[in-house]
Amino acid sequence: MATVLVLVTTADGAADKVALQALALGRQLADGGAVHALVIGDAAAAAELGAWGASSVHLAQHPQLDAPAPDAAARILDDLAGSLGATFVVGPGTEEGNTVLARAAARAGLPFAANCSAVTPGSPVTVTRSRWGGSLLEEAAIHADRVILTAAAHVFEAVDTGGSADVAAFTPALDDADLAVRVVGRVPAPSGGVSLSDAKVVVSGGRGAGSADGFGPVVELAGLLGAAVGCSRAVTIAGWRPHTEQVGQTGTKIAPELYIAAGVSGATQHLAGCKGAKRILAINKDPEAPIMTAADYAVIGDMAEVLPAISAAIRRARGA
Amino acid sequence: MATFPSSAKVVIIGAGIVGNSIAYHLANLGWKDIVQIDKGPLPNPGGSTGHASNFIYLADHNKEMAELTIESARQYREWDVYTMCGGLEVARSETRLAELRRKVDSGKNWGVNSFMVTPAEIKELVPFINEEILVGGFHTPETGVCDSLQFGTLCRQKAEAMGALTSFANTEVTAMGVENGKIKSVTTTRGTIEAEYVVIATGVWAPLLAEMAGAYIPLTPVVHQMADYGPVPLFEKSSRAIEYPIVRDMDVLMYERQDGIGFEVGSYAHRSILHDPEEIPSVEEAVLSPTEFPFTQDDFDPQLEDALELFPEILGDETVGQKYAINGLISLTPDGMPVLGETPEVKNLWAACAVWVKEGPAVGKSIAEWMTYGQPEIDCNQSDISRFHAHQKTRQHTKARAFEAFPKTYGIVHPSEQYLSDRPIRKTPMYDWQKAHGAEFFEVAGWERAQWYNSNAPLVAKYGVEARPNEWDARWWSPIINAEHLAMRESAGLFDLSSFVIFDVVGAGALDSVQKVCVRQVDVAVGRNVYTPVLSVSGGFKSDLTVMRLGKDHFRVVTGAAHGMSDLKWFADNAAPSTSVVDLTTAYTTIGIWGPNARKIVQKLTRADMSNEAFKFGTSKDIEIGSQIALASRISYVGDLGWELYVPMEQGQRLWDELWAAGQEFGITACGIAVYVGTGRLEKGFRAYGTELDNDYSPVEADMLTPRLKAQDFVGRQALEKALSEDRAAVCCTLTVDDHTSPRTGEKRFPLGRQPIVTADGAPITDRKGRQSYANSAGMGPSLGKYLLLSYLPPEHAVEGHKLFVQYFGELYPVTVARVGSKPLFDPENDRVRA
Amino acid sequence: MRVLVCVKRVPAVAGLITLTEDERAIDTKYVGFQVGPHEECAVEEAVRLVEAHGGESVVLTLGPAEALEQLREAMSIGANRAIHLVTDGADWDAESTAGAIVGAIRADEAANGPFDVVLVGNEAADSGGYQVGVRIARALGRPAVTGIKGLSVADGTARAEQEAASGRNVFEVKLPAVVAVLEGINLPRYPSVPGRLRAKSKPVASSSPDRPAQRLEMRRLVVPATEAKQAQVLGRGAEAAQAVVELLSSVGVL
Repeated sequence: MATVLVLVTTADGAADKVALQALALGRQLADGGAVHALVIGDAAAAAELGAWGASSVHLAQHPQLDAPAPDAAARILDDLAGSLGATFVVGPGTEEGNTVLARAAARAGLPFAANCSAVTPGSPVTVTRSRWGGSLLEEAAIHADRVILTAAAHVFEAVDTGGSADVAAFTPALDDADLAVRVVGRVPAPSGGVSLSDAKVVVSGGRGAGSADGFGPVVELAGLLGAAVGCSRAVTIAGWRPHTEQVGQTGTKIAPELYIAAGVSGATQHLAGCKGAKRILAINKDPEAPIMTAADYAVIGDMAEVLPAISAAIRRARGA
Repeated sequence: MATFPSSAKVVIIGAGIVGNSIAYHLANLGWKDIVQIDKGPLPNPGGSTGHASNFIYLADHNKEMAELTIESARQYREWDVYTMCGGLEVARSETRLAELRRKVDSGKNWGVNSFMVTPAEIKELVPFINEEILVGGFHTPETGVCDSLQFGTLCRQKAEAMGALTSFANTEVTAMGVENGKIKSVTTTRGTIEAEYVVIATGVWAPLLAEMAGAYIPLTPVVHQMADYGPVPLFEKSSRAIEYPIVRDMDVLMYERQDGIGFEVGSYAHRSILHDPEEIPSVEEAVLSPTEFPFTQDDFDPQLEDALELFPEILGDETVGQKYAINGLISLTPDGMPVLGETPEVKNLWAACAVWVKEGPAVGKSIAEWMTYGQPEIDCNQSDISRFHAHQKTRQHTKARAFEAFPKTYGIVHPSEQYLSDRPIRKTPMYDWQKAHGAEFFEVAGWERAQWYNSNAPLVAKYGVEARPNEWDARWWSPIINAEHLAMRESAGLFDLSSFVIFDVVGAGALDSVQKVCVRQVDVAVGRNVYTPVLSVSGGFKSDLTVMRLGKDHFRVVTGAAHGMSDLKWFADNAAPSTSVVDLTTAYTTIGIWGPNARKIVQKLTRADMSNEAFKFGTSKDIEIGSQIALASRISYVGDLGWELYVPMEQGQRLWDELWAAGQEFGITACGIAVYVGTGRLEKGFRAYGTELDNDYSPVEADMLTPRLKAQDFVGRQALEKALSEDRAAVCCTLTVDDHTSPRTGEKRFPLGRQPIVTADGAPITDRKGRQSYANSAGMGPSLGKYLLLSYLPPEHAVEGHKLFVQYFGELYPVTVARVGSKPLFDPENDRVRA
Repeated sequence: MRVLVCVKRVPAVAGLITLTEDERAIDTKYVGFQVGPHEECAVEEAVRLVEAHGGESVVLTLGPAEALEQLREAMSIGANRAIHLVTDGADWDAESTAGAIVGAIRADEAANGPFDVVLVGNEAADSGGYQVGVRIARALGRPAVTGIKGLSVADGTARAEQEAASGRNVFEVKLPAVVAVLEGINLPRYPSVPGRLRAKSKPVASSSPDRPAQRLEMRRLVVPATEAKQAQVLGRGAEAAQAVVELLSSVGVL
């Protein structure tokens, strides 16, 4: 039995998916002990967490917390962990979760293990965590009385336990220094196009496009499918497409229903970014390209021929 | 994809430039049922072709390489995958400028359009070059850049269209089956395929594949660094991808060329970086391609300064960055030549390796012709895989020589330049004696051979031999050679000929076998020697050698070291049933003794009657010399009375000592090989394989035949009969140099061979078969007091007394046709030999 | 303006990853080394900041002697000098790494004044710890912003943009600050030849920090088992189009 504190990040009144997965890990680590969830500011999201395995929910409310402030979140988390005597502090393996947990660990002077896919209690606690964007795993021991880690995305299954938990709202103590880093504004996404990370369908082009012009058929098909346009790192390096379209370890990690990868060889870096896709259709001249080992469906052929043919067939199918 | 077949006529392993080209050319010659496999993907399976710089420089000092390159460029042009941008080689130093003039000489030999250009002319061709650091250059306008991947794809498509070829990518060979010394099958990751022929065209991986069959393909992967810079603002305005000539910055061992908006910089200036084929990653393991190793920038940095100096406008531009850089693997062999032909170890297993993109298409054609007709049109004897002696097949030797040769890729290599690494390998029994007598050792086929003896230096003054004033002419040469020659002519010379390749042809089929290979009648009395041409099916020279009939079914073949292993294979390939060909090279040493006193010296040591009556020229027999029985053979390659004496290797020093002691009272002189293969031979007008004799010329043109042929059939007979029935297009002549004075410097110059013979206006002489005249051999005839050239001349020039010129480092020297045909200038009636 | 940029030498893996026999490192027999993509951009950003505002950019690495290669690369695109914290090649956890860097920063700042901006990659390409930047900031009492894809500096303040759902968050922090950047913040330049040659003579200060006990102790690496998927081939070339359309409708995306 252990006392576990889980940071549940939220957006627009709902807990983040990965945060609920983290909660599931927290429940597993508590092993019958208390599973505390911390929510910053979002009362609506906090109310749901009992159902996802939290035994008690702490809702931090503060007038300065209307915008994300990672150091403030870290302090609240660290203070709460201290007052609860938590032996595990868990967060979601997302950009936000990782930075807040890292900051909390820095405050506490403790180690931090990002993106864990397995955690084994013991002395020391051992974890399996992602390296190289998940292309490689590391088994590590954490030498600390309080273990701070994040749950790798889409490894643990969020479990609807049907339970409930009290939500205890509180006003955390915060200094100016905790609020020095705080979102002061928003820049809207460039208009048009579908966001890669949320897209239901993504159509990507790789080096096989041959040139910036070679993306014409990619954009055309994406338009027909209402899909987002993606590309491989080789393409952004060549300057054919902007980095915002890059799918991969250092670009956007995507999780569409269908991922169409045309002329993409499937380097490790790229596969790390598209393994969240439900189905992958690879279009490639080389039947033995690495992408084929990740794909569910394949068309062997030159993307410059295959993509326009698919677009034409879709138009025909739609009777246009 | 087609299902993987269980059998094929030919399996070609490798889908680089070579494998693809072979597939096409075999199909083109009518072969069917060709299966090509590669362990990588198509069209770029990841070998050296995939990262080649793809430029084709036409000029080469070496005839075989030049011919392969010229033919390859022709094929690339024919299929429209060639951008003829021209090629410049630039010189920063006078030494290099001289070398470039020599390249113009060579270009003329092989019919390549090339000429010298001034720095200002270079600037006009390449406006972004810093011509101020240059002293001149060499331009070949027909040089260009090919698309080797596209060419390969076309090859496969055409062969497929002919219904002859099926290609399988991502198919790796795991084993080879050999039965009774013949290839039987290839086992791959897709299954086993039985094949009548297998061709290994896998570049850097070839040694591993050969090993699977118990054969050897000696080559080693070597790093060549290349980097791509860009984008170059100037090139963004180019009307085509390659608008400017390629530049080879020879003094710093680099090249630079436009590639679209990029600028490619390649280097042979870095340290030799050798790898083993086992070290090459798989396609899956490799970061780039298997043969593109991670760039080692530190090795390249020193060269960057040189490149910057020549191209400040491009490489000094802060916006031009290093976009792509690799340590590309290429293949190097123990002697720098490709590895082509049927392996001597396994029948029907062929190699086509260590071939660069500039030779690929011609090699494909040559291999296909060779497999079809038994002989390629371009003479590939220097690339023939059967040339290697045992030590040359080893990994260690291959790497040692490649390590040494790599920095010379753009170096100025003297025609007599010696390898210094991995020596000595083979010592003759007299090695220590020779060393003690100041032998200057040259290496051939691993043998340390005394080229001359520094202990003979006093003879130089005695005979008044002049030194050569020019360093290049005098490099790897000594006036002692001429002095040894004159001493032999005066009394007697002692020669160590241990490097001869010796093999016996024995058994019931021996006579038929030898008869089939040799042009001359070999059904002679036991004890007779026959010196004979050996021809290819096309009637050109395959070899020239001596056959001794030692018994009814027993012939001994004696041939040169450099080419002997190929001769051995040729005899074995043509052997009749119930015949054995047995290599005895290292069983016997050969000591030669020639000169007017040779008989007296030998007679002192033997009970045998050595008189002319008892021991005729052209015969051989066993004689007792002291406690040894030697096979004495009365022939001569140096034009004097004497014998070759064969004794077991371990007795060589004893025989040498006895001859040496017996010769003292006559003033016997130990003579280096330079007299044997050089001065002595040239005075007698003897043609040598590899210089005068190759597959491009017939015995008729070499003037080595009487018109009547033997009754029996032999290889090349049909072609030879045709040659005999026609007027010869050229005939081998002896020319003398009339004046050695350089018009430019006033220095006396001595052409070393392979220089063009031209008319007074410098125009090349081309015979009706399109062959240019050049000095096949050149050297002093010390007894004649004349400098001699052997050259094939067309009839209009083959006139005794006719005046012509030899072009040497771009300058013309007057020569006179002294002899048309084979009659020697020295001792024309052979009185000395037959004395 | 003084800018410090921290980089890490990592194997340039692309295809199949294989491990050394002790399973504690990637087998680099076939691969070269580089800095990760985020850090490449961080170096470019450092150089751009100094190009825009004057001053100097310093590149720092904690790594083996061979990591000098990566320092030279950074200097060849414009970093002015380098600090090399030389290790014996052993893996350092993020906490110790940050500690060593903080020590180096303090030493350099004692002599040359504070770094206005310390740039790091958002996470190391290999270990992916997501924390060296915030640990440095915490130790130095400076603000840290992470996940940054846009950066500008004016009047002692950094304006940093972070990618977020449907837009970007904007942070404004007082300098000195730590900024953890993501690939895409810029398109890094390639080193020019003059840059490369200049880099050879730029100063590199080396020291060898002690490696403390590792509290996140890497014990072994594991190559994750990949499902050996066999893609279902729908067809070849343009002829496959109809089969693709059927697939699209069956998964409901048409």
